Amino acid sequence: MNEAAADPRSLPMARSMCWHCQSEVKGEYLCGRCIKVQPLSTELDYFSCLNLPRKLNIDRDEIEATFYRLNRVFHPDFYAKGDDHNEKTISLGNSALVNTAYRTLRDPIQRAEYLIRLEAGSAKEIRTAPPADLFEEILELQDDLNAFRAGDPKEHSAEMTKLRQTLQAAQASLTNRLQQLDAQLFEAFEVWDALQEETSDEAEAVRVRKEHVLEEMQGILSNRTYVRNIVNDVVATIK
Amino acid sequence: MVRIVGIDLGTTNSLIAYMDGDHPHVIAGMHGQTKVPSIVGMTDNGVLVGDPAKEHLTRDPAKTIYSVKRFMGKSLNDVSEELTYFPYQLQEKNGVIRIEVGDRTFSPPQVSAMILKELKRRAEAHLGEEVSKAVITVPAYFNDSQRQATKDAGLIAGLEVLRIVNEPTAASLAYGLQKNTQGIIAVYDLGGGTFDVSILKLKDGIFEVLATNGNTHLGGDDFDRSLLEVMIRDIRERYQIEPAKHPDFMQAVRLEAERTKIRLSQEITALASVELPEGKGLYQRDWTRAEFETLVGAFVEQTLHPCRLALQDAELQASHIDEVVLVGGSTRIPLVRQQVEALFGKTPHCELNPDEVVALGAAVQAGILSGENRDMLLLDVTPLSLGIETMGGVMSTLIRRNTTIPASAKEMFTTYVDGQTSVDIHILQGERELIKDNRSLARFQLTVPPLPAGVPRVEVTFLIDANGILHVTAADVRTGQSQSVQVKPSHGLTDEEVEGMIRESFQFAAEDIQARQVIEARTEADAILMATEKALRQSTHLIQAEEKAEINKTLDDLRMVRERDDHRLIRNGISEVEKVTHHLAEVLMDVTLKEALENKKVSEVT
Repeated sequence: MNEAAADPRSLPMARSMCWHCQSEVKGEYLCGRCIKVQPLSTELDYFSCLNLPRKLNIDRDEIEATFYRLNRVFHPDFYAKGDDHNEKTISLGNSALVNTAYRTLRDPIQRAEYLIRLEAGSAKEIRTAPPADLFEEILELQDDLNAFRAGDPKEHSAEMTKLRQTLQAAQASLTNRLQQLDAQLFEAFEVWDALQEETSDEAEAVRVRKEHVLEEMQGILSNRTYVRNIVNDVVATIK
Repeated sequence: MVRIVGIDLGTTNSLIAYMDGDHPHVIAGMHGQTKVPSIVGMTDNGVLVGDPAKEHLTRDPAKTIYSVKRFMGKSLNDVSEELTYFPYQLQEKNGVIRIEVGDRTFSPPQVSAMILKELKRRAEAHLGEEVSKAVITVPAYFNDSQRQATKDAGLIAGLEVLRIVNEPTAASLAYGLQKNTQGIIAVYDLGGGTFDVSILKLKDGIFEVLATNGNTHLGGDDFDRSLLEVMIRDIRERYQIEPAKHPDFMQAVRLEAERTKIRLSQEITALASVELPEGKGLYQRDWTRAEFETLVGAFVEQTLHPCRLALQDAELQASHIDEVVLVGGSTRIPLVRQQVEALFGKTPHCELNPDEVVALGAAVQAGILSGENRDMLLLDVTPLSLGIETMGGVMSTLIRRNTTIPASAKEMFTTYVDGQTSVDIHILQGERELIKDNRSLARFQLTVPPLPAGVPRVEVTFLIDANGILHVTAADVRTGQSQSVQVKPSHGLTDEEVEGMIRESFQFAAEDIQARQVIEARTEADAILMATEKALRQSTHLIQAEEKAEINKTLDDLRMVRERDDHRLIRNGISEVEKVTHHLAEVLMDVTLKEALENKKVSEVT
């Protein structure tokens, strides 16, 4: 985290000079001289934006308080009556960034996905992948789903009833699996946060371990998305 | 400080309010009424708005426009099902409805602007100063085109619209200000034409909308129509009259249906009665509340699903709601109250007048924008997901519904063919997967330099502002150069059209003033003609025949110019009459005086 973000009244800014009075801006979001609002840096990551360390366990009340505080500074309502077009545009951009940051970090899944992208660079996309041990089971489930869709849902034949029961059982088992995946993910959150606190001299070792945790979380998230999509599919089909 | 007013531009009624110190205040008209019926009557002598237009509705239904809000941001196809219910003719031009009145056509924003102008006049008369800035409310579930159309209406009326604010959130501001509430509240807003539900979190002056849902085509109008349909069938059977052949009669029945509905909120029974056409006497029908509830039950039921969806999106259960607030005239209906109470398990609040609460909230928001109120802040959401068309006619979502606004999303575009010089982008709003099931908002074209396929990279930023209105900007990633984007709205007026309508509205304003001056001059001419004729009859023996002839000649001249549409000519005629009757007035005065004295003497004697 850089120096500017440590102060709760300042954030990394897009420029080092006030766009209006040209005086120096060190990170305060309202110019010290003319009090004009300054544009936030386009490079600003969501954790820095909301004044948070790059950790995965977050205090929801705290993040909400920061979100409210920043909106009390940047919200376009506070710049509506003036004629300064620049100020309106800047407040709109800053406010949109703060809102996106809050929406992303408030949700644990989106937060983890964002952290992985942030740490590993944009190249790392999270793809959906079935859990390896469920591969056979999921293939069978797909066949059952297709069979159920092909049949008449109003028909109460023994075959349809049996299919419905099989699908309901699969739904329960997969929902259970989702909960397991979430538990694994939150364990990884703990490991990551502990590593962020790590101050040992073995920087290289810590880096390797962090990379390992990120990869593990990425795997969990891929499986999670896949399983969740299938559950949604089953729910929509047998509804 | 520049004054900003708050306006509730409703389907059936509109209101205007302002901040009077710390309190919002709705401005009443001459007879103390705060509601201006959202009805516009086109007459040969200018435009009538509000109560006078409502009277005009049964006299000249084809030239009286009501419920214009239902057409804002819509195409003809969107409203085809209910066309038969409107006495006026509709057309479409460039995806926008036009209302046909005589040989003129008006877009819905133009008609709304006439209502806004009437409200503006009302506020200016009350405040004694010019009003040029406003906050206007819209249903939370209004899409981008409907919001833009509302903003256009403001512009045409000569108002700078500083903020478009959602009706249920505005209502929550009025309640929050009054009660200093904290916690989770649900606002259930059932108006004349639209239904909205919003779930908000109130904490330390921040009003954060968690989720909103609704139906922009469900409201009191539908209830009226249910009653109307029954009565029309009834009349057709009982009297062999085809009501549709008598547009004025249809409107009379419609207004009686509305009055009956209102009475049934207070009483268990109500008698509807309307004068039949062709002198066939009086039509009467007894209504019971139970009968009414059976008729509209399905509509009320339809409001509950959006409530459940909003709770789901807010990740809450009904039991988490601390308070429920009712907004809109239709929430006076006992059945509506029962259903809302059953859904949320709480007795709903209705301390503030449900007709006025939205306008009051708009005034509170105006106070926030003017800087007078720095304690409260509204964080609203976009009601519908925003996306673009991708291969195979599927919508790819960029900004999800119930995202806090302002919100932005960036998307990178490139080319598929070598030397391709443009990329077409189609923007949509809606929750369905296929583009054909969603609302087309706009299209635009990016221009790219002719390069091998995949080389050009243009980053497009989609930004939804605090009004819920979309802005699009684009930048070439390689050169860093931004490019202007000419967005063509699918169901909206272009900037040029709006400008034209603003000019036209000035012309109408001039015509209106002209018309008013002619009417005033004619009234004065009639008064002087009548008085002079009477004086001549009384004084045949008091003046010479020559004088009488001269007076008669100027009276004839005045009668002639009275029929012309030029107030100056009429005024000239009036002063000519005044000049030649000077002597006559004096003579008459003497006589009157003498008579008065004589009377006095007589009375003294007796």
